Amino acid sequence: MNPSFQLLPEQASATAVHLDHLTLYLLIVAAIFSTLIFALIFFFAIKYRRRSGHERPVEVHGALTLEIIWTVVPFILMMIMFTWGASVFFEMSRPPDDAMNVYVVGKQWMWKTQHLEGQREINELHVPLGRPVKLTMTSEDVIHSFYMPAFRVKFDVLPGKYTTAWFNPTKPGKYHLFCAEYCGTLHSGMIGWIYVMEPAEYERWLAGGSGGESLASNGEKLFQYLACANCHRTDKPGRCPNLQGVFGTAVRLTTGETVKADEAYIRESILNPSARIVAGYQNIMPSFQGQVTEEDLLQLIEYIKSLGKPGPQVGGPAPGANPPALQGGAAAPARSLVPKQNR
Amino acid sequence: MITATVETRENYLTHEYGVKSWLLTQDHKRIALLYLGAISFFFFLGGIFATVIRLELLTPPGDLVSAQTYNKLFTLHGVIMVFLFLIPAIPATLGNFLVPMMIGCKDLAFPKLNLLSWYIFMVGGICVLYAMLQGGVDTGWTFYVPFSTSYANTYVILTAVGIFIAGFASILTGLNFIVTIHQMRAPGLTWYRLPLFIWSMYATSLIMVLGTPVVAVTILLVALERGFHFGIFDPALGGDPVLFQHLFWFYSHPAVYIMVLPAMGVVSELVSVYSRKKVFGYKFVAFSSVAIAVLGFLVWGHHMFVSSQSVYASMVFSFLSFLVAVPSAIKVFNWTATLYKGSISYDTPMLYAFGFIGLFTIGGLTGTFLATLGFDVHVTDTYFVVAHFHYIMVGGTMMAYLGGLHYWWPKMTGRMYAEGWAKLSALVIFLGFNLTFFPQFIMGYLGMPRRYHAYPEEFQVYHVLSTAGASVLAVGYLIPAVYFIWSLRYGKLAPDNPWNATGLEWQTTSPPLPENFEITPVVNHEAYDYSILEEMKVG
Repeated sequence: MNPSFQLLPEQASATAVHLDHLTLYLLIVAAIFSTLIFALIFFFAIKYRRRSGHERPVEVHGALTLEIIWTVVPFILMMIMFTWGASVFFEMSRPPDDAMNVYVVGKQWMWKTQHLEGQREINELHVPLGRPVKLTMTSEDVIHSFYMPAFRVKFDVLPGKYTTAWFNPTKPGKYHLFCAEYCGTLHSGMIGWIYVMEPAEYERWLAGGSGGESLASNGEKLFQYLACANCHRTDKPGRCPNLQGVFGTAVRLTTGETVKADEAYIRESILNPSARIVAGYQNIMPSFQGQVTEEDLLQLIEYIKSLGKPGPQVGGPAPGANPPALQGGAAAPARSLVPKQNR
Repeated sequence: MITATVETRENYLTHEYGVKSWLLTQDHKRIALLYLGAISFFFFLGGIFATVIRLELLTPPGDLVSAQTYNKLFTLHGVIMVFLFLIPAIPATLGNFLVPMMIGCKDLAFPKLNLLSWYIFMVGGICVLYAMLQGGVDTGWTFYVPFSTSYANTYVILTAVGIFIAGFASILTGLNFIVTIHQMRAPGLTWYRLPLFIWSMYATSLIMVLGTPVVAVTILLVALERGFHFGIFDPALGGDPVLFQHLFWFYSHPAVYIMVLPAMGVVSELVSVYSRKKVFGYKFVAFSSVAIAVLGFLVWGHHMFVSSQSVYASMVFSFLSFLVAVPSAIKVFNWTATLYKGSISYDTPMLYAFGFIGLFTIGGLTGTFLATLGFDVHVTDTYFVVAHFHYIMVGGTMMAYLGGLHYWWPKMTGRMYAEGWAKLSALVIFLGFNLTFFPQFIMGYLGMPRRYHAYPEEFQVYHVLSTAGASVLAVGYLIPAVYFIWSLRYGKLAPDNPWNATGLEWQTTSPPLPENFEITPVVNHEAYDYSILEEMKVG
C-alpha cells in the first residue's frame, strides 16, 4: 500500500469488513440516486432550455403516483440502511464473553492502558492477534473518544463513568489510535499506536520488560492499604457486605430495588457509598473521593472481580488474609498508591 | 409590467436620508438591509478564520499557528458562521424583506419588535467580537462539558452570553413571521396560494420559536456552571455531561433546519420562475417543510451514537433520522420534475439553484449514511461529518442564499448586477466548493479526526486538495462582493419585474415604495401561475 495515497482505511478486524460492506451498499444507493438526479437535471436543462422569451410551457400538474413512488422507494432503501446499520452497531456494542479485558484511562492529553497482568502503557496498546479485546474506559478530566480507524471502533470516554468498546484484530501490524472528541489544546497530540502481535510474540512482550504485578494483586494491596478489609470481611460477618463472589450478581438494596454489581456500581460504592446501600447494612462507609485515582479504582474493581471467581486466581482470593501493618490509608493523597511504570 | 417604469415616486431607499433614518427605521426592507450588512461582515470574518485553518492544514505538523490559536480559530469560525451568519442569513435578510411583500402587506406585524431584534442581534454579535478581541474561546462551537465548564481557560462565558443574546433576535423574528403570515395575507391569498418561500419561512419560524429557548437555557447553564459550579453537567459535582449533549443537540440539530428550510424555499421560487412552471407537487413541497420542522425535533440523538447513550435510544434516533430524510427527498424529486417540459433559462440565480440541488443531494445522501448506526460509529467526529455538514450548510444554504440574493437584488436595490461576472462566480464557487469538501469525505472515512491541529502524513494529499479548493472558493466569494457593490452605483436600472415572475413582490416598483404597494393587491390565482402575466399584458 502506498502510504501517501489511499482510498480505504486498513481492514484489521471482522467488524471492519462488515462495516465496509455496509458502506458499499450506502455508496451504491447514493450513486444511483445522485446519478439519477444529476442526469435528469442535465437532460431537462438542455432539452427544455428557453429558446425564445415568449415560450409558454404547458402546465404539468403534480402526479400522485409519482409522489408515492419517490416517497416509498427511498423509504424502503433507507429501512435497509437502518436495519443493516443497526445490526453492525449491535455487533460493535456487544463484546464476546471470552474477550480479554484491557482498561483505558484518558486524560489531557494521553491514553493510559493497563493489562490485567499488570503491564501498563502510555499512548500504546499491545494486543494479541485473533483474540477479542474488551476495553473498559474512563476519563480523569474531560470527554475523550477512543478511536481506532483500522478496526472501525470509536467510543466516547467520559469522566465519572465506564464505557466499553471491543475489537478482534485479524491482521498483525501497527494501527493508529486517535482521540476523536475535542478535549483541549493538545487534542491532536492525544494519539498513539495499537500493536497487533502474533500470540507467542505477545506472550513474550507481556512477560518481558516492566511486567510488575497483576492488576488484581495491586488492587488487593490497595484494599488492605485503604483498610477496606477491616469492614468488608470474608472470614466472618463484618459491618459491611462480604465481597466474595459479589461481582456480576444482583444485589438487593435498602430501597428494595436490586442492582447488578458491575464496574459502575462498585465504582459508585467506593466514591459515593451512600448512593445505593446494600440491604441489611448501615450507611457507615466513608467516601474515597479524592483519595483514589481512576487507575486505583480499576485495580480495586479487578481485585473484587477476582474474589468472585472460584479456584486459584491471579492475585488470588484472600479469605482470612490478615491486613498487613499498613495504617491510615484514609489520609493518603489522591495519587496512585502502587508503584507505577511509564508514568 | 415588463418594461422599466420611470421612477415617479420616492422608494424606500430614497424617501428618507441620514444615519438616523436607518438606525431608527421600522421598515422591514431597511431592517433587512441592516441585517444584510451585519451578516456579510460576519461571513467575511468567519471566512478569514476558515482561510487560516485551511492554510495551517496544508502541512501535517502544526507549524503556522499554535495549537491553542488553531483551536480558537475553528471555534470562532463555527460560532460566527453558525450563530451570526447561517441562522439569520436567509430569514433575517431575504425573509425580512420578502415576507410582507410576498403576502401583499405593508410591513411585518410588529415593526418595532423587528428593529429590536436587529439591535439584540448586534449586541450578541458584539459580545462575541469582544470575547474574540479579549483572547477568544477554544471550546469548539459545541461547548461540550466538562471541558467548557471546568477546563477551558478562555472567554467561554462572554461568548456564551453573546450567543444567548443573539438567540432572542431569532425568537423575535420567528414570532413576527408567524403572526404576520397568519394575520396579514392579502385578500384572496389563501394558504395554498402562498409562495413556497412563505411556507418554508413559516416552518423555520416554528423551529426558531420552539427550539431557540432550549439552547438559550443550555448556554446559560454552561455559564452558571462555569461561574458558580452549579453541578448540573460536571460529574465531579454530581452532574451528567451527556445531559448537556442532549440539551445542546435538541436545539442544534433543528438549527440545521433553520438554515436549510429557508434555502429550500428560495430554491422552490427560483426553479419555478426560471422554468416558467408551477412547482411540481406544490402541496407535497409545502407540507414537506412542515414535516421537516416537526420531525427535525425528534432526531437529535443521532449526534450521540458513541456518547454512551443507550443502544436502544440510538436505534430509535437512527430510525427517526431516516424519516426526516423522506421529506427532503420529496423536495428534490419535485424540483427536478418541475423542470420537465419547462422553459429553462440559465440566469445566475438558476445556476445557483442547480448548484443547490446537486450539493444538497450529496449532503442529504451522506446524511442518511450518518443516520446509519454502524457507519456513524466509524465516521462521527471525523472529516466525513465536516464534509457532510458543509455540503448542507455551505453547499445548501449558502448557494441558495446567493441565488436568492441575485434573484431579488434588482428588487432590493433597483439595480442589475453584471450577469457575466455573476455566472462566472457561480461556477467558480461550485467548483471551489466541491474541491474543498469532497476530499474531506474520503479523508474522514480513512479516519482523519476533526479539530486536529496536526495530523499524520498520509492525510496530507487530501488536505492539500481541500486547501486548494478553499482558495478557489475564496475568490468565488470575493467576486460577488465586488460586483454587487459596483452595481449599487453603476448597475443598469432594474425593471419592476426583470424575471417575469408572478410573486406579489414583483408587482410593485423596484425598489419598492416605502409602504410596498400603492393599493393592497387582491389575489385570485395560485402561486406560480404564469398565465396571469399574459392576462396582465393584454389587460
